[in-house]
Order: sequence, then structure tokens, then C-alpha cells
Amino acid sequence: MTATLERTTIRAVPRPVHTGRMRYLVAAGCIAICTVTLLPLLYSVLASVKPTAEAAATPPTYFPHGFSLDSYRRLWDYQEGLLTYLGNSFGTALLTIVFTLLLTVPAGYALARFPIPGKELIFVVLLLSLIVPYQALLTPMFLMFATIHLTNSLIGLAVLHTAIQLPFSLYILRNSFAAVPRELEEAAVVDGAGSLQTLVRVFIPPTVPAIVTVTLFAFITSWNEFLGALVMMSSSEKFTLPVILATARTETSLGGTDWGMLQAGVTISVIPCVLVYLLLQRYYMAGLMSGAVK
Amino acid sequence: MQRTRRNRYIGLAYVTPALVFVLAFTVYPLGRMIWMSLHDWSLITPPRFIGLDNYKQAFGDRQFWVSFLFTLKYTVLITPVLIVGGYLLALLTAPASRTRAITRTIIFVPVVIGLGVSSLLWYWLFSTNFGVINRILLDLHVIDHPVLWLGVDADTSNFAISTSVVWKVIGFGMILFVGAIQAVPTEITEASLVDGAGYWQRIGRVILPLTMRTVLLVTLVSVIGSLLAFDQFYIMTAGQPQNETATSVFFVYLNSFPYLKLGYGAALSLVLAVTILAFTIVQLVLTRRSES
Repeated sequence: MTATLERTTIRAVPRPVHTGRMRYLVAAGCIAICTVTLLPLLYSVLASVKPTAEAAATPPTYFPHGFSLDSYRRLWDYQEGLLTYLGNSFGTALLTIVFTLLLTVPAGYALARFPIPGKELIFVVLLLSLIVPYQALLTPMFLMFATIHLTNSLIGLAVLHTAIQLPFSLYILRNSFAAVPRELEEAAVVDGAGSLQTLVRVFIPPTVPAIVTVTLFAFITSWNEFLGALVMMSSSEKFTLPVILATARTETSLGGTDWGMLQAGVTISVIPCVLVYLLLQRYYMAGLMSGAVK
Repeated sequence: MQRTRRNRYIGLAYVTPALVFVLAFTVYPLGRMIWMSLHDWSLITPPRFIGLDNYKQAFGDRQFWVSFLFTLKYTVLITPVLIVGGYLLALLTAPASRTRAITRTIIFVPVVIGLGVSSLLWYWLFSTNFGVINRILLDLHVIDHPVLWLGVDADTSNFAISTSVVWKVIGFGMILFVGAIQAVPTEITEASLVDGAGYWQRIGRVILPLTMRTVLLVTLVSVIGSLLAFDQFYIMTAGQPQNETATSVFFVYLNSFPYLKLGYGAALSLVLAVTILAFTIVQLVLTRRSES
């Protein structure tokens, strides 16, 4: 298959011949659907800026009667402090990106461009985790990580996230490297460039979009992953953001769940994902089209 | 590159780090899991070989079946909503127009946020006394007193959680359906237009058959995802009432980690992996066929 990561061509699909009334119906439908989709998120943001007493009110108010950042203040100081958890989440995501790229850029290059003995078998082994869900491998992985001191470690969690993300990355990158024209490579070889130089000078520049896609998916996977982080991290100062928030949903100092603080946490967790999605939408869609289903 | 001996070694050198990584962190755990599943092992006592006893115990375990059937029920409930709903949204948003493109972008927003985080959001929306959903239903006089959505009745919890997951993932299928619908050659849709076919006739007779492969693949991806459900149940019901809403992955988690029944947990993991494998093989066969 030839999954180059070009912009997915959007073809004009002929619409049904719309009468004027139909157009309004479509617009109304679109607005209704957008409202239903966005309201929960918007409502969470609103709840996070309600004053403490109002955030804990029964029944809840529809719109905040006052504005306050108290929920964020409480989250800032919650247990080890928000910065610790943000640091853990960002740290793990960053390590996941680095590990994924360091492993899959060279491997994708080799599989696309070099005659390797047993290439097909190697490719199948590398894609193995596509078939075995990581949820099933957590028990043996936990034991293994416990013996090599990778539990309660951002590096260990990043290794797990890399294992989840590796087949997708490799698949996308191999296809992108395979799509680079042969003439470019031959010119570099004639100039006497070594294999590493050829990779950096000839292959990387045209595959930057694929590398962006792979980076983006590695970030989102790691930032959002919950079960692995729950299992691997047992001490509270190593929790990632979703894990500490899940803990906070039941255990609070006020006697009941601190709903305002919880929604402040939800808001903060959602922002990076939505931001990178909106900014890099093109790369996101390219990855989805060539990787998720094919 | 030329097929020289030197090139073979260079290529092998580039692929080795990834290969070692996968052997260490996927293949080895897989082998270890199979080995563990044949042993009685609880961390405190040394592992003791017991053959297939863990598997026998699993199939005789009431909670194994409760979890399995509940997961199946959840999957059967949510999959049609995701597929039919996702397809309808794709039909609405596929044609080229600014309003539709914006709608598509917005519907996809929940897909990129974490399932854990979206579950925390909906855990609050569905909260009995503090949640806005009961408030709205009370104000509209749909209900007389607050509904206990989560963790009291398995079916009610299933409904509430499915609602939250539909909100979270429906955009995934939609985007792939949009891609498939837009790939239908314009000549074909125009030809049916000339034949005087109505909108729904054209969808049913032309568009749907031509996008059937994507429908099947999205169905499989959704089914596999639902069979592996964990985050939303762990966060929104914690398995309550009486572990009736503890899914298969949840059951594996409970045995392996809080209970530390490692051998038993491994056997359960393997049963789960084999179930998923069956669906994945179907998916790969379908993909292969369409590529050739």
C-alpha cells in the first residue's frame, strides 16, 4: 500500500439538490450537534471557576453566580501539588516521543530501504503488539519492571507507552520512507554520503509531515493513557494527571468530592490535547486515515 | 540501495534497537504471561506448576462470566449506536461546505481528550445530587426525584456510561466514514442522480455498498475497543454494584493487582488476548483483501 502522508484530498461530494428549506435544516442540525458536543466541556470549564460553595451546591447552578479561581488554587496544592503531576504527565509524554522516534525512524528507514535478511519476519515481530492488547500484558510487564526498577518511574511508564505506540509509528514511517523517490537517494550515494547522512539529508526532509504525525500521536497516547499509569505508579508523587484526578474523585478533605477542583483538573487535562489537535489537525487526520484502519 | 553484504548489515543495525525493544517489552512479557498462567503464584509464595488449573478455575468462576457477559452487553449496546450514529453524522458533514467542515472538527474534539478524563467529566454530570443531568431532567419534569445513575443498578450504569462514551468516540467513526464517502467517485453518484434516485435511495444503493469495507473495519475497531473497556467503568462505577459492572479488563486488573493472584490474572489475560486476537485476525483479513 502507498500511504504517503499527503493532505487527504477532499473531493467535492455532490450534495443532494437542496431547496432553501433543506439548507436551513442542515445548518440547524449542525448547530444542534455542535452544541451537544461542546456543552459538557464548556460546562466543566464554567464549574471550575465557580466559587467553592457554589461548586458544591445541590442542585447545581446552570451558570456561575460568581467567579473565583479557588478550585484551581486547591488543585495547585492538592497532595504533591499540580506542578508535580503536570511534570509527570509531560515528562512521560516527552520521553515517549523521544523513545518512539529513536526506535522507529531508523527501523522504518531500514525496512523501507535496505535488503535485510528475514525482513518480512522482522516486520511482523515489530507489529506484534497490534495483535496483543497491552492491557493483557500488564501483569508480566509489571513484574518485569519491578525487578529492573522501572515501576514508579517516568522512564518505565514511557517504555510502556512506547511499546503501545511503536507499531503505528513504524508503519507510518516505513511507508513514508518507501515513498521517497529513488533518484534522490542515488544522487546522495554517488556523492559519497554514508547511510546516516543519507537518512538525515535525503529521507528526513520529505518525511517531516509523517514525523509530526507520529510525534503528535505519541503525545496524545501518553498524555491520555490511564490503566498502565494506574498499575505502574504506586507512590502518589509519581502519578500522572489522570491518575491523581481519578484518586481525587473519591478522596477529599472536605468530606465530599471536591467537584470544583475535579473540573479544574479536567479543564487542565483537556487543554493540551485540544490545542495540539486544532493546531495540527492536518497531521492528525493524515495519521488517522493511513494508520487507524488500514 | 544495492544488495551488498555491507548494506544488509547496515540495515540490520538500524532495525536492531526496535527489534530488541519489542522482544524485551512485548514478546518476552507474552511468553512470561503464558508461563505464569500455568502456575499458582501470589507473590508471597513461590510459583508452583499447576497445568491448566487456572483456566479451569476461570471458567468455573462466577465473576468471570459476570464480567464477560457484562462486557459483551456493553459492546452490543454501544456498537450499533457508534456505527449508525457515526455514519449519519458523516453523511451530514461529508459534503464540502464551511458549516459542515466546522461541525466535523467539533464532533471530533472529544476523540482527542483522554477516556479517563472524559469519564471524570461525565462522572460529575451524572452525579445524583451535584450533576446537571438530573437537574435538567427534574426541571423538565421528566423525573420526579434524582436518578441514581452510577453504581447502583448495572443496566442504568451501563446506559449512562455508554452515553458518555458515545459522546467521546462517535467522531472517530465519523471521520473515517467521511473519508470513505468522499472517496466515492463523483461520476457514480452523478449517474444515480440522472437515474432519478432519491437521496436515501442513493445512500442505500450506491454510497453504503461502496463504503461497506470502512463500515466493517470501524465496527471491528469499535468492538475491540469496547471489549477492552476499563477506564470508564473504573472511574464511573468502580465496578459497583457488587462487581456487576466490572468489565473483563477490570476483572483481570482486580486479580492481578489488588488481589495479587498473578498466575490466575495471567490466565485471564490470555483468555482476553485470544478473544481479541480472533477479532483482530478478521480485521487484518478484511484489510488485506481490500488492498489486493
